[in-house]
Amino acid sequence: MQPSAAPAAEDAAPACEEAVRFENVKYTYDDEEGSFAVNGVSLCIRAGEFVAVLGRNGSGKSTLAKLINALLRPTEGKVTVFGMDTSDTKKAFAIRKCAGMVFQNPDNQTVASVVEDDVAFGPENIGVPREEIGRRIAAALNAVGMSEFRYATPSRLSGGQKQRIAIAGVLAILPKIMILDESAAMLDPKGRREVMEIVKKLNREQGMTVLLITHFMEEALQAQRAVVMHRGEVVMDGTPEQIFARADELETYNLTLPRAAYICKRLQQAGMPVENAFNAEELARKICASLQKG
Amino acid sequence: MRIAAKGLTYVYNPKSSFATQALKGVDLTIEEGEFFGIIGHTGSGKSTFVQHLNALIRLTGGELKVGEYDLADKKCKVLELRSKVGMVFQYPEYQLFAETVKKDVAFGLKNFRKGISAEETEAAVREALSVAGLLYDEVAERSPFELSGGQRRRVAIAGVIVTKPEVLILDEPAAGLDPLGKKELMELLHAIHGQWCKTIVIVSHDMDEIAENCTRAAVFSEGKVAFCGTPKELFSRGEELAAMGLDVPVTARCAQILRENGIELDTDFTCGDFIGKVLALYRGDGAPAPCAGGEQEPAAARAEREEGAPALREGGEDAQ
Repeated sequence: MQPSAAPAAEDAAPACEEAVRFENVKYTYDDEEGSFAVNGVSLCIRAGEFVAVLGRNGSGKSTLAKLINALLRPTEGKVTVFGMDTSDTKKAFAIRKCAGMVFQNPDNQTVASVVEDDVAFGPENIGVPREEIGRRIAAALNAVGMSEFRYATPSRLSGGQKQRIAIAGVLAILPKIMILDESAAMLDPKGRREVMEIVKKLNREQGMTVLLITHFMEEALQAQRAVVMHRGEVVMDGTPEQIFARADELETYNLTLPRAAYICKRLQQAGMPVENAFNAEELARKICASLQKG
Repeated sequence: MRIAAKGLTYVYNPKSSFATQALKGVDLTIEEGEFFGIIGHTGSGKSTFVQHLNALIRLTGGELKVGEYDLADKKCKVLELRSKVGMVFQYPEYQLFAETVKKDVAFGLKNFRKGISAEETEAAVREALSVAGLLYDEVAERSPFELSGGQRRRVAIAGVIVTKPEVLILDEPAAGLDPLGKKELMELLHAIHGQWCKTIVIVSHDMDEIAENCTRAAVFSEGKVAFCGTPKELFSRGEELAAMGLDVPVTARCAQILRENGIELDTDFTCGDFIGKVLALYRGDGAPAPCAGGEQEPAAARAEREEGAPALREGGEDAQ
């Protein structure tokens, strides 16, 4: 799935099907203690993939994310982003242009008092010409459905709107990968849906590679692939359906099933032949089918 | 303490061009002993309402009584009220500030009870930390900033319950926690509810959380209480909730679709009850029901073809 509408970065990263590659990566925050936040991860993410990363607090998800855009560099092993080695300090700028990150708290990511200035912050920093910045702001705000708020004050927006502005700020750098580190966690359900819709649309329409770190199992269901981290290691990797079918294993990593899947499993355990279901609609349909047969 | 609000109104920035009426006549009674839920989308007035309950926002219109405290009375003993109505804000761990856990938890207590002895303080802090699920000897002398996010939140809760409030109000207590952290936090609240605070009020966006935990809940919409009732009563009105931009629990959505297909489930929308009622139907304890839609054959056929399907079924049958 090569991104069709993805603009070419000026640095011309080598054309590559592989967006991110981790080779036996270890990372420690504290050299002396010798405990690894990321402990021997090998992982390949293809361009255009939508990957959810699950795991308990402290399982190494955020460290994994920061290793991708060279905020952190591996203690051992190698991380490449579109072929660029993150350990090569000369590549840091090019890598960060390529991999944009949206964090959890919308209020910590706003730098300007007008929306368009906020979105312009990234491109200004990498020296994009003025006229080009204007075009990028328009395109980025359009992509997140916030065009009418171009001259608004970020502090007067809702949490969901603020996060959409944060996403627009990342889009204005024209990244190929977007990393969302629990970016919807502080939002209400409506705000969370807004952010998820935007992310899905970017993935679908622009072929954006997406890495979504989340505690919401329902969000993970919307990804093509889910990766489970535990104590710094990748312990499960598959489609969300495959992951959630392995409920017992998931439980050992202190994760839960999406609620509908949990109910389904309990029904199965009690001897009712219900097919696997992962959301309310599916569950209702499968219960219906099972009752009809019975 | 019983909480009774009648015709409560509140305007932010009155007499200015930014004036917004956040509360437009709230009538709501919360009985002593409840585990009460407050639902509503952002801007519906729920936070403004709960901040009235311990006079963080002073009453400007309508009536509000919290136990024997009449908030409309200018002579109302606000400090005393605040020690009896504890408030835990969203992400309370960001409000920790002292250099040790012990000092942080003791801060509120010392403010409410001037001249309290060191021994008394230590005993109260020890007890509050233990109720909050932390070991005093392990954490008391440590900096709160060395602790994990989940532990910090517990410290923050300990700092509020240390004054033994009768009513504990928590704004989105489980927000931002991982699934296990959420579960543990709700268990903690039930433990506090049983042995420490008589009444608990939570503000939550998570409808599953409301369905599983609350005795009753109120839905705020546009500065008023749109409905109030048991989760069962509330979530039977899924369409009205949807019209207000609110979700319903997975169980309620599922029950609604089943109803459209002619299957009635008389459930209170907790997971346990829902599962029980479905199983009763399956085993023929309930009335057999018609079922619409011929979806199951293609679904089954599809499942056979898919590589993941056998693994799915295996996983599902693996009871623990």
